[in-house]
Amino acid sequence: MAIFVNENTKVLVQGMTGSEGTKHTARMAKSGTKIVGGVTPGKGGQSVEIEGVTLPVFNNVTEAVAATGANASVVFVPPKFAKAAVIDAIDAKLPLVVVITEGIPVHDSAAFYAYAVAKGTTRLVGPNCPGLISPGKSNLGIIPADITGPGRIGLVSKSGTLTYQMMYELRDFGISTAVGIGGDPIIGTTHIDCLRAFQDDPDTDAIVMIGEIGGDAEERAAAFIAEYVTKPVVGYVAGFTAPEGKTMGHAGAIVSGSSGTAAAKQSALEAVGVSVGKTPSEAAQLMRTILNNKKG
Amino acid sequence: MDLFEYQARDLFESHSVPVLGGAVAYTPEEAEAAAESMGGRVVVKAQVKVGGRGKAGGVKLAESASDARAKAAAILGMDIKGHTVNKVMIAQAAPIEAEYYLAILLDRANRNFLVMASVAGGMEIEEVAHKTPEKLARIGIDPNIGISKEKAREIVLAGQFPVDVVDQVVDVLLKLWAAFVAEDATLMEINPLVKTSDGKVVALDGKVTLDDSADFRHPGHEALIDHASANPLEAAAKAKNLNYVKLDGQVGIIGNGAGLVMSTLDVVAYAGEKFSVKPANFLDIGGGASAQVMADGLGIILGDPDVRSVFVNVFGGITACDAVANGIVQALEMLGDKATKPIVVRLDGNNVLEGRRILNEAAHPLIQQVDTMDGAAARAAELAAK
Repeated sequence: MAIFVNENTKVLVQGMTGSEGTKHTARMAKSGTKIVGGVTPGKGGQSVEIEGVTLPVFNNVTEAVAATGANASVVFVPPKFAKAAVIDAIDAKLPLVVVITEGIPVHDSAAFYAYAVAKGTTRLVGPNCPGLISPGKSNLGIIPADITGPGRIGLVSKSGTLTYQMMYELRDFGISTAVGIGGDPIIGTTHIDCLRAFQDDPDTDAIVMIGEIGGDAEERAAAFIAEYVTKPVVGYVAGFTAPEGKTMGHAGAIVSGSSGTAAAKQSALEAVGVSVGKTPSEAAQLMRTILNNKKG
Repeated sequence: MDLFEYQARDLFESHSVPVLGGAVAYTPEEAEAAAESMGGRVVVKAQVKVGGRGKAGGVKLAESASDARAKAAAILGMDIKGHTVNKVMIAQAAPIEAEYYLAILLDRANRNFLVMASVAGGMEIEEVAHKTPEKLARIGIDPNIGISKEKAREIVLAGQFPVDVVDQVVDVLLKLWAAFVAEDATLMEINPLVKTSDGKVVALDGKVTLDDSADFRHPGHEALIDHASANPLEAAAKAKNLNYVKLDGQVGIIGNGAGLVMSTLDVVAYAGEKFSVKPANFLDIGGGASAQVMADGLGIILGDPDVRSVFVNVFGGITACDAVANGIVQALEMLGDKATKPIVVRLDGNNVLEGRRILNEAAHPLIQQVDTMDGAAARAAELAAK
């Protein structure tokens, strides 16, 4: 078990014929992901040779699902065409759609998120995210597969490289699933969705939650932890030194007035019993202590 | 991107949202001419992207064109909360009977759009929300459905607008929604929306934020960028497509990935407490980290006279550390004599041993390697203190 994906996840790559799509399809396939085909409108009927396997390309997701039995897709389509690609995947009732693309206009992501909610058959992860990995089982996105192996820690983060950093810090323990939920103002899967799934996952013993400035997702996650999560949670929040009113790299990472600050997020998490590290290594150390005590 | 008030006014006008006459002026002479064309009696308003202008003396009523010139002369050059006023808006003056509030914004928590409407306008809306929440209607909008005439009426009635202005406010809301969608805005706020003594409803002041990610479908938005008050280092970084924010410390920061760079700033700030130094900037060079990008990044940071040391913090995910190490070495060759500050490098992740070997072999006098993020931050802070 793991959350959202497992060894039976059959994956389509939307935008597989583009340079990023091709590169990352090869990396995903190499790390054991079952890639069954790609979708590029107008290129249906072609095929792409990746890691010694010939993968068919389809014009749309519905055709691709009918031919391959795919139950997930990863989207590498450029921002201009991303909305149409995601709508295509939702129309095909794909249970899981992971949107890697950075720089999608927020009116577009608001529209496809509302569309997914209205249809009720698709979980969106992202956009502007590194995807998710259950080491040794499946890897949907761009998270390097060789940082750490399977383990019993669940990890959820807005940031890609901080996800990698934390997986690396905890590489001797390993990961059940790591989910990069993305740094955009509107994202399909939230900290709360992942916390719920990790709490319900028998193969996850403890959870690391990484947040950053902007919005109030961490505060809402804290309220959810208080009511639902009994497994130990360690937190880390990036952006204590971020100035007000400046976007720090991620479109959603901005302190507005007195809201969205790292300090507010930290105190909300601590108030519900989450140990919050001051640095990534301190957060990893807190998790290490919890797991070692559990063993002992 | 946040717009100036006069830009918001012009944008509203182009989408038929009712506004009063207004023009931007950069000199007292321009202010006088603009006031003259509006009949003399005008309001002179400082154009800065920060609240509290009125209290700071940045908004003045002028009785005549020559008075507008004098008021503009007093306001131009003022400092309002760290923002220098280098332009004013000359706004047509109008007798006001009532002040209302109307806004459409992106609602991150509910992942849709939100309309806020209230008869209590003219003050900070946070204050209204806090003190008299019953006077503020908050209604979510499905992006795929939008605002119909019926929905607009429902919102305006919920905002408790007086009967005699309901039709007009409904019309303003419909036009504002059309503008919000057409311009890819994340905020369009009218505060105050006023009823003038002749019974007309018009937008007197506006705040607009546009989504930079949508710039590709709005070629006209580029003209709205405020180049004049941009920090020169930020402008130079933007020209090279680098994600850079200038801060007020001494330790230059380069990293890959927004989250890791934010985290690096924090770790440097903690380590710097002992040495009274702080991070000098945010710079995310993204996934690629080629020699050219590294050289561009180092070039910007070393061009900041406040910087005394540099911390390059890279976790090799997709990018291998050997490529990053080669990038750093080549970047220093490209920069030559321009590189004068010590550079602390921490590499970890994909192919780290090879990356560290390359830097060791290059033995560049400015480069120091430290293997952990915390240790490297402490070293960079210490070097900046000297």
